[in-house]
Amino acid sequence: MNAVLAIMRRELRSYFVTPLAYVFIVIFLLLAAALTFYVGDFYERGLADLQPFFRFHPWLYLFLVPALSMRLWAEERKSGTLELLLTLPVTLTQAMLGKFLAAWLFVALALVLTFPIWLTVNYLGNPDNGVILAGYLGSLLMAGAFIAVGCCLSTLTRSQVVAFILTAAVCFMLLLAGQPIILEAASSVLPQSLVNAVADLSFLQHFQAIARGVLDLRDVVYFLISIVVWLTAGVWLLDLGRAR
Amino acid sequence: MIEAEQLTRRYGSLVAVDALSLRAEPGKVLGLLGPNGAGKTTAMRMIAGFLAPTSGRVSVCGYDVQRQPLKAKRSLGYLPEGAPCYGELTVRESLDFVARARALKGEAAFRRLDEVVERLQLEAVLEQNLDTLSKGFRRRVGLAQAILHDPPVLILDEPTDGLDPNQKHEVRDLIDAMARNRTIIISTHLLEEVGALCSRVVIIAGGKLLADATPAELEARSRYHGAVSFSASGAGAARAMIAHLPQVSNVEVDPTSGRMTVFPHPGEAILDPVQNILREQGLAVHELQLERGRLDEVFRRITTGERL
Repeated sequence: MNAVLAIMRRELRSYFVTPLAYVFIVIFLLLAAALTFYVGDFYERGLADLQPFFRFHPWLYLFLVPALSMRLWAEERKSGTLELLLTLPVTLTQAMLGKFLAAWLFVALALVLTFPIWLTVNYLGNPDNGVILAGYLGSLLMAGAFIAVGCCLSTLTRSQVVAFILTAAVCFMLLLAGQPIILEAASSVLPQSLVNAVADLSFLQHFQAIARGVLDLRDVVYFLISIVVWLTAGVWLLDLGRAR
Repeated sequence: MIEAEQLTRRYGSLVAVDALSLRAEPGKVLGLLGPNGAGKTTAMRMIAGFLAPTSGRVSVCGYDVQRQPLKAKRSLGYLPEGAPCYGELTVRESLDFVARARALKGEAAFRRLDEVVERLQLEAVLEQNLDTLSKGFRRRVGLAQAILHDPPVLILDEPTDGLDPNQKHEVRDLIDAMARNRTIIISTHLLEEVGALCSRVVIIAGGKLLADATPAELEARSRYHGAVSFSASGAGAARAMIAHLPQVSNVEVDPTSGRMTVFPHPGEAILDPVQNILREQGLAVHELQLERGRLDEVFRRITTGERL
């Protein structure tokens, strides 16, 4: 646990001593607000809820989370500090977890900083704050899954740009897994049962279910399993890299 | 204590380290010597547990690096090649990170940190970003993180590379002081360092171990071992007399400096007979030296595969 915390602290420190943290938070907050009010018709709908706010989170994460996760391993590889890190008495799992938690905590902070919109909607009307809490939880879980994908793919390369593009591409496919564009392509090569399985992988559907306030355990578990699977794959890839 | 047995590492079809066996003991500094690309760094990475060997095994303080990696890594301090560091952190932050990751806590950890900072003279730069530091300072920070937990085994990949002569001297003193009760492996391609620091030398090239000896033993393999060289005015006549000595195999004269080097037959001592001749001839000798042997020559012959 010591090691996980030490690595998490170091990663968080690295976020905040570079402009990355501030750029990320500012862009995230600006875009979240702009999309909510201008594209999401927050006022025009006349409903006291945060649906127009949460609706755009998947798309914000799609390009912001890879920017956050791309450096996690690629940077270590590039600067050679990977050698330093992996010769400390730290397991690969601990290192992966430390990095993941740092990025997740960071997104959590960005989400917390969106509190003015929650204040706004409470000022304007009487929203169901339970649904809003579920929305935040769903958003955080989905961000975790995105970050886990990014952690895993960042181990593959020493180039942050490559890590960014890979992560964004994989996340895009995972987001849209339930949409016709992916399903039609899948059904031309896969049997129907597998197509259904692909449809179930969709981040979007699981997120939307939670964000509507339906906190189904299956959706929560889906994101948690996604996180574990991607992080495990990342650890496996790192280990493979030691022997390759 | 480090024991490597038949350590082998392949990258695809390239064999970077080929069945390397070596043993390093406490109180000694083992020098890993070899031309660039010889496999020194790969070998050290396997010992430090960063790379997995393709075959063979290595243990640190009795712990198998592959099977008990955490125990092995706890007993080990490692300075990677080029002393990589987290450039965006300050010196204090990065040492603090290593201390935490190694679970060093409390008063003792603080004292140890101060001690290491003082020993490597890092006080002045503690709050500076590593990115802004000179190569010499960064190397010292790398050394500091390697010795922070006072490990019984140290693996230092080119610890003095890129340092100025004064810094080299300091780092060598440091290594020398630490060697008393530790097992230390350093890699280098500086031959002067071998004589100055190492109690044993392992020469590798093409991933293979070519020699494992003390610096003195290596010097003894040199054709210069036991040779006498001198410069004297008007030594032309003496040359023939010296060449006729029964113990002497060969006399060479440097065409530019005029310095004469007299090579003995193996095992013969020629200092006295040569000096006698010089005295008898009444020559003004400016300088005379009994050679111990030249490591660079031995190194070249061993690594280029010439028979000794």
